[in-house]
Amino acid sequence: MFEFITKLFGGSDGSKNKAKERLRLVLVHDRASLSPGLVAALEAELIEVISKYLEIDEEGLDVSFDEGDDSVALIANIPVKNVKRKI
Amino acid sequence: MGKVIVITSGKGGVGKTTTTANLGTGLAAAGQKVCLVDTDIGLRNLDVVLGLENRIVYDLLDVVEGNCRVRQALIKDKHFGESLVLLPAAQTREKDAVSPEQMVELMAQLKEEYDFIILDSPAGIEHGFKNAIAGADQAIVVTTPEISAVRDADRIIGLLEAAELYDPQLIINRVRPDMVRKGDMMDIDDIDDILAISILGVIPDDQDIIVSTNRGETVVMDKKSRPGQAYRNVVRRILGEEVPFMDLQERKIMHWFKRILSGEAQ
Ligand SMILES: Nc1ncnc2c1ncn2[C@@H]1O[C@H](COP(=O)(O)OP(=O)(O)OP(=O)(O)O)[C@@H](O)[C@H]1O
Ligand SMILES: [Mg+2]
Repeated sequence: MFEFITKLFGGSDGSKNKAKERLRLVLVHDRASLSPGLVAALEAELIEVISKYLEIDEEGLDVSFDEGDDSVALIANIPVKNVKRKI
Repeated sequence: MGKVIVITSGKGGVGKTTTTANLGTGLAAAGQKVCLVDTDIGLRNLDVVLGLENRIVYDLLDVVEGNCRVRQALIKDKHFGESLVLLPAAQTREKDAVSPEQMVELMAQLKEEYDFIILDSPAGIEHGFKNAIAGADQAIVVTTPEISAVRDADRIIGLLEAAELYDPQLIINRVRPDMVRKGDMMDIDDIDDILAISILGVIPDDQDIIVSTNRGETVVMDKKSRPGQAYRNVVRRILGEEVPFMDLQERKIMHWFKRILSGEAQ
């Protein structure tokens, strides 16, 4: 009976939440890998913003997506050469 | 001057052909002049879904190769005659037998004569897809509420935008209210959340579709059918009316009563 009530009110055990979460992750990956222009544009703007505050090694800059089991992170490795004394 | 709408999906078997037939018939029933074009070369199906398979003489390829005039290849519908016609796909040739340039030219010609030209496209993102979208003004993407279909829909939306076919609209087909209710199927809101494109309609999964297809009729003509109603709503939205989405909850109460009456609820 209890099971019936939870089902009637759409208990949270439904599999759609799992589907939605997996879909969200796979689309992050699909979209990022399908538009190579996206990462390049992001890199260019990052350099522009960061250069206001820090002197960085543009050649050594690396931006990529790192996939975990249930998340995707944007990883930016930006070698700093020098910090500006004042802005 | 007419409007060319391409019906596309990415993943196969989600209901493009069914949708093309129903929207075309529904638009004709609403007084529009409609031409349906089957671009699924080698795998034509729109003719059987419309019950017109016995009338085919010429096809899309004959038209673009100049073996006949456009008029000669157009098959008149059983119910609407001149205001609903089908240009069938070639069954015997390779998919790349038609070029995007030829499609653009043909669409320009058909737009002179018809209010709506609706293109049924093949599954996938290859040559056939490019042909189908080449002459289109607008795109409707069909998906089912499953991960793989929605993922492919996202890919298609990206490709449509890259081809400068902006603001595609989405039809979610084969929704099962009972599964949505149990939290086992993604709903309009879930898919809206993820794809963020405007939703043109939601069609329930229903045996009426199979029964009417068996008969070579379209469900949109069946006044009592729920998927028929859902397709009629989509037609009204295409014509610019604001129509609320069909209430799947209404059925929930009926369903619940039925279960209690049948003693299934214990
Ligand atoms: N809402 C629905 N309820 C029940 N059955 C449906 C529904 N929509 C489509 N179908 C059935 O699903 C099958 C596939 O539909 P359809 O041929 O329209 O898909 P398609 O996208 O054109 O496929 P393809 O990619 O092979 O061209 C058909 O048998 C059809 O009757
Ligand atoms: Mg089809």
